[in-house]
Amino acid sequence: MKNNISPFTKFRQSRIFWPLVALLLIFIFDGIYAPGFFKLGILDGHLYGNLIDVINNGAPLVLVAIGMTMVIATGGVDLSVGAVIAISAAMGAVLINPAFGNELISNDILTQNVSRTPLGLIVLANLAAGTACGLWNGFLVSRAKIQPMVATLILMVAGRGIAQLITNGQIMTIYYTPYFFFGNGYILGLPVAVYIVLAVLGLAWLLVRKTSIGLFVESVGINAESTYYSGISEKNVKLLAYTFCGFCSAIAGLILSSYVHSADANNIGLNYELDGILSVVIGGTLMAGGRFSLLASVIGALVIRTFTITMYTVGIPANALLAAKAVLVLIVILLYSEQAHKIINAVFERKGRSKDAKN
Amino acid sequence: MQKIKSFLLKNGPLLATVAIFILVYAIGAQLYPTMKKPQVFFNLFINNGSLLIISIGMTMTVIMGGIDLSVGAMIALTSVASAALLQKNADPVFVMVLMLLMGTALGFVMGCIIHYLKVEAFVVTLMGQFFARGMAYVINESSITIKNEFYNYLALTKINLPFFEKAYVYIPTLAGIVLLIFTFILLSSTRFGRTVYAIGNNEQSALLMGLPVARTKLIVYSFSGFCSALAGIVFSISLLSGYGGYGQSMEMDAIASVVIGGTALTGGTGTVLGTLFGVLINGIIVSILQFNGTLTSWWTRIGVGALTLIFIGIQSLFYVKKKD
Repeated sequence: MKNNISPFTKFRQSRIFWPLVALLLIFIFDGIYAPGFFKLGILDGHLYGNLIDVINNGAPLVLVAIGMTMVIATGGVDLSVGAVIAISAAMGAVLINPAFGNELISNDILTQNVSRTPLGLIVLANLAAGTACGLWNGFLVSRAKIQPMVATLILMVAGRGIAQLITNGQIMTIYYTPYFFFGNGYILGLPVAVYIVLAVLGLAWLLVRKTSIGLFVESVGINAESTYYSGISEKNVKLLAYTFCGFCSAIAGLILSSYVHSADANNIGLNYELDGILSVVIGGTLMAGGRFSLLASVIGALVIRTFTITMYTVGIPANALLAAKAVLVLIVILLYSEQAHKIINAVFERKGRSKDAKN
Repeated sequence: MQKIKSFLLKNGPLLATVAIFILVYAIGAQLYPTMKKPQVFFNLFINNGSLLIISIGMTMTVIMGGIDLSVGAMIALTSVASAALLQKNADPVFVMVLMLLMGTALGFVMGCIIHYLKVEAFVVTLMGQFFARGMAYVINESSITIKNEFYNYLALTKINLPFFEKAYVYIPTLAGIVLLIFTFILLSSTRFGRTVYAIGNNEQSALLMGLPVARTKLIVYSFSGFCSALAGIVFSISLLSGYGGYGQSMEMDAIASVVIGGTALTGGTGTVLGTLFGVLINGIIVSILQFNGTLTSWWTRIGVGALTLIFIGIQSLFYVKKKD
């Protein structure tokens, strides 16, 4: 090769460049307006501080973003992630609950530090519930041929109802300490959630980059019909993507419920579908499907999480944040939209030759 | 015979909806004899006034092949904004006009982004949803009571119906019915209505036929915004308060009503009349649950979700047959 591309140019053209720039901008903002943001300390033998908070609290979102990337890459979308998180969390809480729903339970039975089922089984049940939800979505999209948005919307609404059904309509508090390990535990000073995320990311990366599944996913996203004619079962690729997304949401539900020590079917994982889509969009994956980058989506999720925590640090109320986030997504979508590029180009060209511009 | 067959195929989903409504109502009436009273039927209109209004707007959007997820949040925003303005002693009529203008403007902006920047409708309206809800909370974090005489008058005046004894509706209830008739005429017998169906069937060919695609799309999204603002006003009148948490997941109820009413989510077919029955079915499920008393609210969600799924199934059955 004659024209050697310098490593920097290569980096600049890669997908993770712009998300990283966004992250850097937020950090610079933090450095100026919230000086304590970068402070790291050691408490009880593990690290703490805002940055650790970002990765610890952000872990569920990162997981959702990984799953969502796969789904969006096939040209679909999964609006049910929040509901799947609720189902998974409810499943865990119910299995731990030392009494059955129809029994008379007194406070001291409920608050005992025991579990009715072994921990391994609980985790397995959590994951199985979420994966089953993903499988259901995938089935509706790939076999029943319902548009992804509608198919997942059904679970988005019914899902929280199902979660309430599982918990019998109650907000279940968890008192079983080993369960807290996933959300609050630390290994070598770093939160356990980080290791879980790394494991899932590694698994996903191996799956899409070391086998041909990643290529299949991209080709389905670009043109499902031609993928079908080239002998790839686009149905199964879609099914896999949605199931994987359900699996990721289930782990997110496990971490979240373990982090807040409870399962509230109505509120746990609220708005995660928006944040998930937002992360993927910031990561540069098009909503129409096609090329995707897992790492960029992960950085996208971290951008959102940092943005959120920064806003809290600066003192903006949580609810107003919704509006701010909506505007942020819109700007990002517009920046990536080809149509916007065309319009901007047209405006600049018109300025250049304003003499013969007619309208 | 051929005529009957084609009639059935053409109106199949609508007929199925009407049949299911009558069936569910009959079952309910068998189980709970009080449901036979005419007032129970009119209560469906009273309780679902705002749902009917947003569903009408949603029907038009869906027929055109789009979707509007912002309607529920718009109800919250309208209720909070009008309550906050009324607290400052603003003129109630002025407040209503302002709210309708705001809704229409937000719908128009979303329509512009959808059409000119070619961003998918559901992404834009999802953003609209979060924006509207966020703004509602920015205006006020907690619930505001409305203490306005005009609003009280609207909320509490009963209109006795002529042919039924002791049956009444409230003034805001009429808004949905008037809007329904207006939209029905608009969609079935005007040039604008036909354009909406044409775009829903195939936007590309509608454009090539020289139909005003851009204008129609913008009008439809603005209309949906208008409807959700109107629904917000009706909602705030019936509860006499404003709160950012109102109308949570109401967009899904509206979509479910539209789908149950026989409108295909792929666009191009459907009527507002079907949507009316969709809303009524939604209402009757809730009524039966209330009459029962022991079943809990989450069964509504699961029930509505399941019904939506069934109707999507029925639709795909009919449209597959139609193609043959």
